[in-house]
Amino acid sequence: MELPLAPSLLLAAIPALAFGGCLLPLLLQRYGRAVAALTAAAVMAGCLALLLRLAAAALAGHTEIFRLAWLPAWGLDFSLRLDGLGLLFCLLILGIGMLVVLYAAWYLPDEDRLGRFYSILLLFMAAMLGVVLAENLLLLLVFWEITSLSSFLLVAYRSDKHESRISARMALAVTGGGGLALFAGILLLGEIAGSYELSVVLEAGAQIRSDPLYTPALLLILLGAFTKSAQFPFHFWLPNAMAAPTPVSAYLHSATMVKAGVFLLARLYPALGSSDLWFWLVSGTGAVTLVYAAAIALFRHDIKGLLAYSTISHLGLITLLFGLDTPLSVIAGIFHIINHAVFKASLFMAAGIVDHECGTRDMRRVNGMFRCMPITATLAIIAAGAMAGVPLLNGFLSKEMFFAETVSHAEPISWALPLLATVAGMLAVAYSSRFVHDVFFNGEPVNLPRQPHEPPRWMRAPIELLVLLCLLVGVVPAWTVAPLLTAAAGAALQGPLPDFQLALWHGFNKPLLMSLLALAGGILIYALRRPLFAWQEQLPPLHPRTAFERFYSLLALNARRGVALVDNGSLQRYAALLFAFVVLLGIWAYRSGPAGGGIRVPALVADEAAVAALCVLLIGAVGTTALYRERLLAVILVSLVGLAVTLAFIRLSAPDLALTQLAVEMGTIILMLLVLYYLPPRSAPKSSAARLSRDLLLAIFAGSGMGLLTLLMLSAPFASISGFYLQQSLPGGGGANVVNVILVDFRGFDTLGEITVLAMVALASQALLDRLALPAPARDGDGRRWASDLHPLFLAMLMRLLLPLALTVSVYICLRGHNAPGGGFVAGLITSVALVMQYLANGSDFAQRRLPQRPAPLLALGLLLAAGIGVASWAFDRPFLTSAHGHLRLPLLGDIELATAMVFDLGVYVVVVTVVVTVLSGLGRLSQRSRLGDEGPA
Amino acid sequence: MEALLATAIGVLTACGVFLILRARTFPVLLGLTLLSYAVNLFLFASGRLHLDAPPLIRAGASYTDPLPQALVLTAIVIGFGMTGYLAMLALRALAESGDDHVDAGKDS
Repeated sequence: MELPLAPSLLLAAIPALAFGGCLLPLLLQRYGRAVAALTAAAVMAGCLALLLRLAAAALAGHTEIFRLAWLPAWGLDFSLRLDGLGLLFCLLILGIGMLVVLYAAWYLPDEDRLGRFYSILLLFMAAMLGVVLAENLLLLLVFWEITSLSSFLLVAYRSDKHESRISARMALAVTGGGGLALFAGILLLGEIAGSYELSVVLEAGAQIRSDPLYTPALLLILLGAFTKSAQFPFHFWLPNAMAAPTPVSAYLHSATMVKAGVFLLARLYPALGSSDLWFWLVSGTGAVTLVYAAAIALFRHDIKGLLAYSTISHLGLITLLFGLDTPLSVIAGIFHIINHAVFKASLFMAAGIVDHECGTRDMRRVNGMFRCMPITATLAIIAAGAMAGVPLLNGFLSKEMFFAETVSHAEPISWALPLLATVAGMLAVAYSSRFVHDVFFNGEPVNLPRQPHEPPRWMRAPIELLVLLCLLVGVVPAWTVAPLLTAAAGAALQGPLPDFQLALWHGFNKPLLMSLLALAGGILIYALRRPLFAWQEQLPPLHPRTAFERFYSLLALNARRGVALVDNGSLQRYAALLFAFVVLLGIWAYRSGPAGGGIRVPALVADEAAVAALCVLLIGAVGTTALYRERLLAVILVSLVGLAVTLAFIRLSAPDLALTQLAVEMGTIILMLLVLYYLPPRSAPKSSAARLSRDLLLAIFAGSGMGLLTLLMLSAPFASISGFYLQQSLPGGGGANVVNVILVDFRGFDTLGEITVLAMVALASQALLDRLALPAPARDGDGRRWASDLHPLFLAMLMRLLLPLALTVSVYICLRGHNAPGGGFVAGLITSVALVMQYLANGSDFAQRRLPQRPAPLLALGLLLAAGIGVASWAFDRPFLTSAHGHLRLPLLGDIELATAMVFDLGVYVVVVTVVVTVLSGLGRLSQRSRLGDEGPA
Repeated sequence: MEALLATAIGVLTACGVFLILRARTFPVLLGLTLLSYAVNLFLFASGRLHLDAPPLIRAGASYTDPLPQALVLTAIVIGFGMTGYLAMLALRALAESGDDHVDAGKDS
């Protein structure tokens, strides 16, 4: 059946399915291990099915691209590409992934429920697919980071073991650090090429190489690739990552994680390759890694350790091939990626079976396994042959191509390369022989905890399949791997392919001679193993892991010291630093900014009243500051300031602000008095002279800066953006009070946000006061009782009378707010002050019996009113919060102007009342609770 | 008038900053109140100073800029909410640590 789907959508569906499916095993694990495993396999099979529908076009050399704008301003788009290279890697990731899923179900102990394991595995796989399918380099980076993070979780799967955690942290630190370098490198590359899209970057190779930023970009990108692919000297994380369960090792270190680095080399080869720097860096690193890791591998006694170092060595070989910088060497490199993935996955799985059956992986104890598990042994021997490069197996073909490349390379050190390659080949044969001989032959097992057997049929099946592939590719390469390799190499080179033949027999030539030499030399080295081991024993031990740990702790220690310099937990210091920084910023901005016209204040004549108000304000502010230790006096002085500010608002044409400020002022005073009641009666101790002068200096700088800034702002030419509001207030908003119309109509969405913040304040205050008990002192500092008469009768009666009056005023203020000074905010404040006065005058018990106790429903009501009237405008096909207004002629009252915005204002009103009453009455109730606690036991 | 307002803003800021840098919670509360006066006045001044020109639509009147007023109006109310929340925080810290020092309860 042909689905009517565009290929590009199919392409996008692959990562979408992978990421979407990665939680399924976790959700379905309660139905059993098998369901979790089957789900994981099904997600992979689904991805594979999608991929196969696109495979034919990719094999034919077509590049499918999917684009979706994400953050186009940053050059980050969700764009994917599928070409031959991507197809090859997808097949490896999905194919070997499915085998690992099957294998892990048998390998992992029965008590594991596997949901978590498969979910992380799928997440990792999805990220790998993302890396190889990304068209946008920044997107590639995002997926790259996800592979680092999810592989951390996989390596640390046995999180109860110290070793797992340490190893996972090391892998994350190294690959994550490389990821940061890669990030910087890719940013540079994108800057040079002018785009982060691969299709642009890959075309711009010549331009990139001639750019002065090419060297840093290349160095940073290679750092990312080399850390991921465990190249010397960043290789040490990989052997330690063997702490992961074997299925993870089989997946991460054959087909996926470590291949991401060499994938990047192949992917960016057209953009970055073909330069001397590339040749020396890449081939040099590859060569050192190839030989060094092969030599170490021979001396590892742990089976997985041997395989880990062999993996590093093979990655070095692939890196070296890309570094040789010829089309044929790139083809050989890609070919070896395939072959290594296939044989190394099967070898890890075989090692896992041996471990599983024997309970140990130490080759000095695990011997003679051929008799216990002949079939597994045969499979492992064939795979090890591929690793060593034995004819008729896939590893032989790519190794032969590698030898041919070293021979034909005409660089200045023409004799060194073939020599190096032959030595590496010998070492590979030697460690492969050790693996085969030590594990499967070489006498009897030593002191094993259990008697090994053949594993279950299905645990072996993945290895059988992989070994079959080794053989098929090794014997008939042209019929099996050739089309895929051609497509992948075509995509990696982005140009015509040179003539090359995949065949078992190329005649007697130098590469064949080198292969034979390697075989013979390797067997000789293995024969000499005892003296070699003895020699290695007396070498000074190398512990990259401890060195790394030491470096890591040193770094952490210094980081902590650095943080402690600024972050010592003192709020005073933070505040001082903050103010000092702001003052410095201000000075910097003032000195570096455009030279303004100086201070030219439009002279608005100051009359005596203004000067008097300023004097009041100065007395209040300076008095508060000077007398802050006399706390009650300070509160009174602060209210003087509030009064002066209110007067300023009245004078300067802001009646709404004056009303609001006045109402808030009352709330603030009550609040401060309540707080004062609970604070320890003693005054604060005096600050030291040094502290005082520091703070005074900061305060004077900040104050004079703000004063200067105000003058400068007032001197600058003024262009208002409010013309629209003034024009439209009456015709568009139906109100003459422009400030109120802005609040409830033009900028109603902002106001909705603001009252939401207020509602959060109420909820947070309630949470803070929850079960809070403060000892309220019965007497003040001088031993006097706080109050002999808690609720004076006169005050109580007066306040009860005042309440209906205050409510009437607030309704009036609220209703008229659209046309005259007033509105929901002011009305809410007036109502709440009237209510709080009831608490003060009549006591909490009286007020509580008459007022709703829980603020949440009221807050919800207010917010719903405000938001609901906004949503209602959708019913009339208008945008959110569109206001409607009209005239209503009522008997007796006459013409009344009504606007839907008034409902919004009502919502504001409800929220403001609830917030203020909650905060103030909450504090008041606290006093009641503590007084009860005070008198109860006594 | 402008110079007076600038003086007021400057002095309020200086006093507010000085009080915020004190070690006890109550002066910090006072300082924040003073600083929010300063900020509100500053925001308000960005619409320039006009006498007898309230933004209420009437025939033949001139108007001051209404936008900063709308901003400052909500800022005043939110400032009050913030002060209230801070007061709760101070009391909670006092209850947990028995001290009204701003760093009370710090491990050291």
